[in-house]
Amino acid sequence: MSTEPILSVRGLTMEFGGIRALDKLDLQIYPGQIAALIGPNGAGKTTFFNCLTGIYMPTAGELHLSPPEQPGRRLNGLKPNQVTEAGLARTFQNIRLFPGMTVLENVMIGRHCRTKAKIFGAILRNPGTRKEEKETVDISMALLAKVGLADVADEFARNLPYGAQRRLEIARALATEPLLLLLDEPAAGMNPQETQNLTSLIRNIRDEGLSILLIEHDMKLVMSLSDYIFVVDYGRKIAEGTSEEVRINPVVIKAYLGEEVEYA
Amino acid sequence: MDVITLKDCRKALIAALWFMFLTFPLLVIKVNTTENLVIWRWHNLLYVGVAAGSASLLTSIFRGLHDRKREQQRHQEKVIHISLTERFFSNPVVSRPVLAAGALFFLIFPLLFSTYQVNIMTTALMYVVLGLGLNIVVGVAGLLNLGYVAFYAVGAYTYALLNMHFGVGFWVALPLGGIMAALFGILLGFPVLRLRGDYLAIVTLGFGEIILLVLKNWAEFSQGPGGISNISRPGFFGMEMSMATTLNYQYYLTIAMVLLTIFVINRLQNSRIGRALFALREDEIACQAMGIDKTTIKLTAFALGATWAGLAGVLFAAKNAYVNPDSFTFLESAMILCIVVLGGMGSIVGVIIGALILILLPEYLRAFSDYRMLAFGALLVIMMVFRPQGIVANIRRSYHKKDSAP
Amino acid sequence: MEYFLELVFSGLTRGSIYALIALGYTMVYGIIGLINFAHGEIYMIGAFTALIIATVLNMYGLPLPAILILASVAAIIWSAAYGFTVERLAYRPLRGAPRLSPLISAIGMSIFLQNYVMLAQTPNFLPFPALIPDLPFLNRFTSMVGTTDLAILLVTAIVMILLTLMIKFTRTGKAMRATSQDRTMAFLVGVNVDTVISVTFITGSSLAAIGGVLIASHIGQINFYIGFIAGIKAFTAAVLGGIGSIPGAVLGSFVLGLTESFATGYVSSAYEDVFAFSLLVLILIFRPAGLLGRATIEKV
Repeated sequence: MSTEPILSVRGLTMEFGGIRALDKLDLQIYPGQIAALIGPNGAGKTTFFNCLTGIYMPTAGELHLSPPEQPGRRLNGLKPNQVTEAGLARTFQNIRLFPGMTVLENVMIGRHCRTKAKIFGAILRNPGTRKEEKETVDISMALLAKVGLADVADEFARNLPYGAQRRLEIARALATEPLLLLLDEPAAGMNPQETQNLTSLIRNIRDEGLSILLIEHDMKLVMSLSDYIFVVDYGRKIAEGTSEEVRINPVVIKAYLGEEVEYA
Repeated sequence: MDVITLKDCRKALIAALWFMFLTFPLLVIKVNTTENLVIWRWHNLLYVGVAAGSASLLTSIFRGLHDRKREQQRHQEKVIHISLTERFFSNPVVSRPVLAAGALFFLIFPLLFSTYQVNIMTTALMYVVLGLGLNIVVGVAGLLNLGYVAFYAVGAYTYALLNMHFGVGFWVALPLGGIMAALFGILLGFPVLRLRGDYLAIVTLGFGEIILLVLKNWAEFSQGPGGISNISRPGFFGMEMSMATTLNYQYYLTIAMVLLTIFVINRLQNSRIGRALFALREDEIACQAMGIDKTTIKLTAFALGATWAGLAGVLFAAKNAYVNPDSFTFLESAMILCIVVLGGMGSIVGVIIGALILILLPEYLRAFSDYRMLAFGALLVIMMVFRPQGIVANIRRSYHKKDSAP
Repeated sequence: MEYFLELVFSGLTRGSIYALIALGYTMVYGIIGLINFAHGEIYMIGAFTALIIATVLNMYGLPLPAILILASVAAIIWSAAYGFTVERLAYRPLRGAPRLSPLISAIGMSIFLQNYVMLAQTPNFLPFPALIPDLPFLNRFTSMVGTTDLAILLVTAIVMILLTLMIKFTRTGKAMRATSQDRTMAFLVGVNVDTVISVTFITGSSLAAIGGVLIASHIGQINFYIGFIAGIKAFTAAVLGGIGSIPGAVLGSFVLGLTESFATGYVSSAYEDVFAFSLLVLILIFRPAGLLGRATIEKV
């Protein structure tokens, strides 16, 4: 591709007390792409997300975010909240919502880094603050409508069924206005119908101009959705390519315990 | 299914015997080492046995009933559980008159009761302010601050010292006390807020002790353990006031302070900052992933809580016209924490009720005043085990119905 | 020079007492991740039990060594019983609750126990009998180091060795280490986690009781409040060494003991506690994992 990648990762290495969880990982994601990161359990996929989003401090490597028509930004050494501000939003493998807050409030939290009311604004409730607050509610409600949760906006997040919680996490991540959305096993625990809906939701998000990187075990979902796939094992990238290329790659098949892998 | 089973009785018996054994040396034997006297108080053993046995039985019965209710609920379709408080506040026909009556009662309180009662109520209301302030830190943001009283002391001494040296009046000192306390909050918070929650508890505890020790020992600065007296009481456009009027005036001043606190905290809780604070308590990592700068938000909560302690401190110094270090011990911090925990962490109404119960009850039950701290300690444990949400659980507000309606 | 040595010995003595208490904090923290605020009170209860039993036995005219042994054993038994009960009542029901809950419960327990002892006994200081006999051959050195100092150092050393052996080689010790590494995994491989936690509280409380008896006979008086400050200091020591680490707790205790001894000896005794707390704050800011602790990474 001729355009510049929106995210480029070079030589990313992460060590935990001598154990190498990620080993010189290289990866590029281009604007408007749905990319997938796959690999056996314990291959280092979630660790990769954690390094990218500033939760872990990588041992070595370069992380670069280059939004189209804007100056690029190095992500190394940024705090998690600064990474989000730069335009990277994520969901979590083991859902991390704010269970004691309402569904709407969860999404409104996502707006935090795009709004700026301070203490005095909150106390005085001046017109600026009121306007911002109304915008926050409106945008959040629109996002809830998009993921199909508008009618449960006042429920506590903890009362939602599993699949809905996953969708709420996506809505909350979208509220931060990301350039690149990182989804950590978004289909885990979903039934086929829910997975189907999720697939079209992710497509819709991409069609609105976002780039997406997802970690997923559901091969059917990965193969049907992704434009480009990276395969990691033992922290190393062992293959990359389109779904057709990856599917027939012998190294990839071997990594999945040498078994016949059902790609369906 | 019986209410009490044989197993429960056996458990109660074991509990009774165990606690009789446990409390034997401390409760039964009382020694006087100077005269080498020993007093045996065997009757205490009986009390402990009966108390432990019945407590165990009651817990068993309670548990049994609770389990049965759960069992029944499981058979029904989804039961929507709405607490009494939630129903109360969501129904304006009931809640408005009750709240109005409550407000009226506090407004005419000095007309109905003696100055002695007014004085006690003023104290209780000051604890409402302190409780609400600590509630921002512990209840909303989930930061356990065990040295809260240090900021109270900062406020009180700010006024006391400014008044003593420069004759600064109450109204000038009030904001200064708040600002000073906030500065101390930031000063302490900046380094320690990066720490994990339980470390924060111990560092704030240590900070409280340091402030206390400095106040006690640095006599040139703080007049030492003797304290500072003859602090000016709050003025009202230079009017001369009798003792009774002064007390009433202070009462209304405190009421105004409480209202201001409620107003500010209520607005804050339902704002961008308030939501971020609450989210921080729920899940720090998710919070950061949402672009919230955890340190800044924590610092904000910490400083805000400190400000309220500072304001209450100035009020305290003005009310008593006297301050000394003994008013700012750890037990005071523990009591304010107790108010927040009893009332319900994060809940404004809860904290008000908590403060009124915990301050007024011991005042009117003087006979048991020795047992006050004992009861507070037990209360903290019991609340955490049986009702961690407090008397009045925190309710989350619905935004879109009110706000996005055209 | 003599003054310097005197301060060194007094620092080591302090350090030993802190170590005996700090071990309880560090073991409990290692296993259930809780700052057991009531631990200082367990130490105070140990001292009180010893005082009460010793006074009663003294009335029956028992010889001093017998009194010393019986009173210490009683202190250990009852402190352990209190530690066990506190865990069962105030912490066990809160496993799995938000982090703040057991912490508040622990503070409640601490306040409760303090006031319980105050009401059951006395709010005043009680003179503690001199249980540890003076040894005549030491008289030459008594200006620098007293018999109780030596006894404290000796007992602490023995206790540390026994504890290390227990944790390294016994079944219970292994189960404790397994549980502190990964509670769920330990449970899955058949460790009875409840029992391990109870044993940890009993062991920690017994150590605190020994500390209580030793310090009480060293200082010569006790009241219901001694556990509070000693508790915070011992916790400081545990954090200093790296909370969760047993050698760390011992090292931290000696560092804190010596620091306090020198600071009060050369600077000012009025601010004794300020030094300890400032040290705690500094350590937490610059090396939160402590001297021997490892930085932990939270799993996401």
